[in-house]
Amino acid sequence: MRIVVAMSGGVDSSVAAALLAEQGHDVIGLSMQLYPSTGSGQLSEDAKFGSCCTLDDLHDARRVATARGFPHYIVNFERQFADTVIANFVSEYTSGRTPIPCSHCNSDLKFSTLLDRARGLGAEHLATGHYARVEETTDGRFLLRRSLDPDKDQSYFLFSLTQDQLARAVFPVGALTKPEVRAEAHRLGLMVANKADSQEICFVPDGDYAAFVESRASSVRSGAVVNQLGERLATHAGVHRFTVGQRKGLGISAQTPLYVLKIDADSGDVTVGPRAALDRTRFTASGVNWIGRDASCEWMPAAVQIRHRHRPAPGCMRAIDEVRVEFEFAEPQPAVTPGQAAVFYDNDIVIAGGWID
Amino acid sequence: MNRIYLDHNATTPPSSAVVDRMAAVLKEEFGNPSSVHHFGQRAKAALDEARTHVATLLGADPSEIVFTGSGTEGDNIAIRGVAEALETTGRRHIIASSIEHEAVLNTVKALARRGWRTTLLPVDASGIVSPEELGKALADDTALVSIMHANNEIGTIQPIAELARVARERRAVFHTDAVQTAGKIPIDVKALGIDLLTISAHKFYGPKGVGAMWVRRGVRLQSALTGGKQERGRRSGTENVAGIVGMGVAAREALSKMPGEQARLAALRDKLESQILSRVPGTARNGSPEPRVANTTNISFDRIEAESLLIALDLEGVAVSTGSACSSGTLEPSHVLKAMGLPAHRTQNSIRFSLGAVNTDEDIERVVAALPGIVEKLRNLSRIPVRA
Repeated sequence: MRIVVAMSGGVDSSVAAALLAEQGHDVIGLSMQLYPSTGSGQLSEDAKFGSCCTLDDLHDARRVATARGFPHYIVNFERQFADTVIANFVSEYTSGRTPIPCSHCNSDLKFSTLLDRARGLGAEHLATGHYARVEETTDGRFLLRRSLDPDKDQSYFLFSLTQDQLARAVFPVGALTKPEVRAEAHRLGLMVANKADSQEICFVPDGDYAAFVESRASSVRSGAVVNQLGERLATHAGVHRFTVGQRKGLGISAQTPLYVLKIDADSGDVTVGPRAALDRTRFTASGVNWIGRDASCEWMPAAVQIRHRHRPAPGCMRAIDEVRVEFEFAEPQPAVTPGQAAVFYDNDIVIAGGWID
Repeated sequence: MNRIYLDHNATTPPSSAVVDRMAAVLKEEFGNPSSVHHFGQRAKAALDEARTHVATLLGADPSEIVFTGSGTEGDNIAIRGVAEALETTGRRHIIASSIEHEAVLNTVKALARRGWRTTLLPVDASGIVSPEELGKALADDTALVSIMHANNEIGTIQPIAELARVARERRAVFHTDAVQTAGKIPIDVKALGIDLLTISAHKFYGPKGVGAMWVRRGVRLQSALTGGKQERGRRSGTENVAGIVGMGVAAREALSKMPGEQARLAALRDKLESQILSRVPGTARNGSPEPRVANTTNISFDRIEAESLLIALDLEGVAVSTGSACSSGTLEPSHVLKAMGLPAHRTQNSIRFSLGAVNTDEDIERVVAALPGIVEKLRNLSRIPVRA
């Protein structure tokens, strides 16, 4: 079977590709160049733009492919990445929300544009180095399950994959733990075996999201930091600088620690208050993608993960309509952050996921 | 897999005569050409012979040939060397065409950052620089004009003799990057009326890592490298003897084979081009068919990303290019096609086929037979929306 593997140059996708090649598949490695580089001979002011998928990383992918004897190409998706992932990232922050670009990258770029490319090359499947599992049920539904490595599980970032996309997804390291993946990398003699994991959001390697948003947004909404009574405590330089649940960097001294409770991009108000005021008993999510079952208006038990590395909280969920869900926590939860993904699980199976309102 | 190489404008396989002679030089003539003793003299003699062959290829005097490390190095020495030599005269304007290779374009840009006034001449839809446009751009302070002999992506040949005459009237120095014409068309530097010319060995079946420039006697040129004053002080550093000898052999072979080989390539290229244009719907040739080097054609494929077509062809064993190859192996819209005024989609869906000595009629038949199916598959499959 011909399979295209999306290769970042990291150890996970390198092992994914090498394992498939070892199993005898007709593997083609594709690496996406997502932001400007200096490799074209043109001087770029963004020479240090990325922390992942930099030219060095793409060369690492090429070296793995050469060593394991399968073809590898770099595809230039700078425009598509800017139009989808970066544009959404900037608009979410300027709307007072806290985006997760990795999910958009997975469903709107990798399993969209890159998958289209793969199919044009005669590959009906696209493999990645994600820690997650896809399983086809007897009635033809494709389930998304957590990785067997709970520390590394990435199903949270894959919730927006449709059934069509999951049907074409292959996750060769999804049933392995990270130490096992590194061991495989050593066994296969991959030069990336000891490479460090990438951190942060790849296109903002210094972690300064505010500066990144300011450099790309047409305008930002400045305004006031207010308390729960609406009294003005301070001014601020833009709602994109805040995240619900944030405590540091508010520029206010108070007797008890203050947290961001709410961000209103229209008025520019950032409401702060004590930690207890962060607790929520329910929330709604939009843009919901149902995976484990069809949308249902009946209340059903589920555990929800509301950010990366959040321990799922039990409660009940039901569909409000085709694309919206409401959820009630068994116990109140702090910092339900608009823009983040809410992914609903039945044990290790993803039932559905959406964007927190 | 029996692979077909159609990317000779990127590089060519060294001929067996080149490889054999280079191997002999590496083994037997290892001396330093600057040494006084026997070993040095033998190496020097090998250099001299190569210099004569290269000079003959260009209609030049051997004493005017400077060996370099690459075409890019030659372009840099020529442009920076002239600029630096003339900077004190108050001439601080440089003109190049907008379709130059990056070796020239980025060198001109580097001068711009140092305060030089720069003009990039437009080209028309056929990819030709007009002498009138050059005439308009020339000024009293124009130090240097650099216009390529033939373009690497589309193969069109510029009217260098006319352009050089226009430049000479304003006493501007004229440089041409002849990397894509050396060995492909007759070159007579005196008839062209130019001052500097750059070539690269690996584009005509010589080795990589060696190039040459022709510097007309009397041209003021600041040396880029200071050292042992090799190459008449133009390019210090112990000579790459084996590479230079390989270049000499390649130059001699190219010249002797030129008439027959170029006619053969033109026939193959024309067949490839006409068959693609007639058998693959939604295709168009980029650039004027004449005057053009015999081995090159550049074709746009509607509703296709060139990137995908290049990969699909490579998977079928056919090596082509989308234009100038970057060191990263990534693909960007062609600045050449952009400058020719082609719409954005056509700058991203064009493929360059560049033929050479290894290609046969059978190769062309195979490519022409495979292309329609590959293109159709890409157009169909890549358009299926996967998202629900």
